[in-house]
Amino acid sequence: MNEQEFLEYVQSGGQVETADWMPDDYRAKLIKFIEMHGNSELMGVLPEREWILRAPTLQRKLALTAKVQDEVGHSQLIYRVVEDLGKPREQCLDDLISGKAKFHNVFHYPTKTWGDVGVIAWLVDAAAIISQKALLKCSYAPYARIMKKICWEESFHILHGRDVILTLMNGTDDQRELVQESLNRWWGPLMQFHGNPIAKEEDPMYIWRIKSQGNEEARQQFLDGYVPQIWELGLTVPDQKLRKNDEGLWEYSEPDWDELKSVVTGHGPRSQERLDLRRRARESSAWVRNVVLADAA
Amino acid sequence: MIYEVFRQERKGQPLQHAGSVEAANDHFADVYAREQYGRRGESTALWIVPRSAVIAIDEFVDELNRNYHRVDGYPLKEKLKEARERAGTAAAHGDR
Repeated sequence: MNEQEFLEYVQSGGQVETADWMPDDYRAKLIKFIEMHGNSELMGVLPEREWILRAPTLQRKLALTAKVQDEVGHSQLIYRVVEDLGKPREQCLDDLISGKAKFHNVFHYPTKTWGDVGVIAWLVDAAAIISQKALLKCSYAPYARIMKKICWEESFHILHGRDVILTLMNGTDDQRELVQESLNRWWGPLMQFHGNPIAKEEDPMYIWRIKSQGNEEARQQFLDGYVPQIWELGLTVPDQKLRKNDEGLWEYSEPDWDELKSVVTGHGPRSQERLDLRRRARESSAWVRNVVLADAA
Repeated sequence: MIYEVFRQERKGQPLQHAGSVEAANDHFADVYAREQYGRRGESTALWIVPRSAVIAIDEFVDELNRNYHRVDGYPLKEKLKEARERAGTAAAHGDR
């Protein structure tokens, strides 16, 4: 099989296993994409972790802790896929904390209130699950298979998030205001989440069928699924231009692509602080890895 | 070390490949596999196998074309048609 035949194979729905031949460019794109996903799962727990000790009830504390464990578990599963493609996990972690590798924009922002915990679990996870469901058809089969388990667990998180939000919305005016204020801050990053509206035919990740849908398609799906759910609670989406047009497509104000670029390259409000925490955690737990590996040798 | 993990979703069902874990030894592989593939009660059994112990086969060469193992080794349609014609029952069956 040559590169052209391989391309035709994946474009017609063919799937690839670890030991199969694949073009170098395909392997490199896979590693980059999947590694960023793993990084995002790992970094994504840090904003929520900040609220474990401040959760309003024991039940919420347990649920939040379980979610954090799920996400770290996802990063382990995903890094395993990257390792089998040729990049060791240690190297992924090195590149992450040195700032060389990226993670998703939404995990670079502060969590200021308990409302943020609800908005993250509900809407950030909803945006993420749309991307992840589209990966169930990924041309790289080991990644697609692991996504099945991940999507299943993410659906719990959305449930948890909705429950947090509904509880607040059924509470006091102050609580409802808390949710609205949180939604106002998260809406921009949420609209940037699926990336710029590059035509899918020009997106290398789509060309190789690593992704099965374009960025704008994913954003439309998010708006279609969740804007009505936001509205029905009496919340306001902070975008005057947001509306569904006669062709059934959502119109909205242009997301701030400069902000997205600056944030994912490590210039977000919490980027460095969170990377520092990851760095310190890695250093302070090094002795555990050394003991375990020495003992196993 | 890398361990392949197989899980059984319900009693009586086959164990199916679930994914893999990386662990320093069998003991840690046991702990990690339980956490990754069993903590929500989604499995009734797990098999954890060092990847190095797996003998993988993905080529099935059939140089002698042993079609007597396969459905395509028994082309009954033509023969049945001939037999029915011989017996004079072809009209009753159409071309089935």
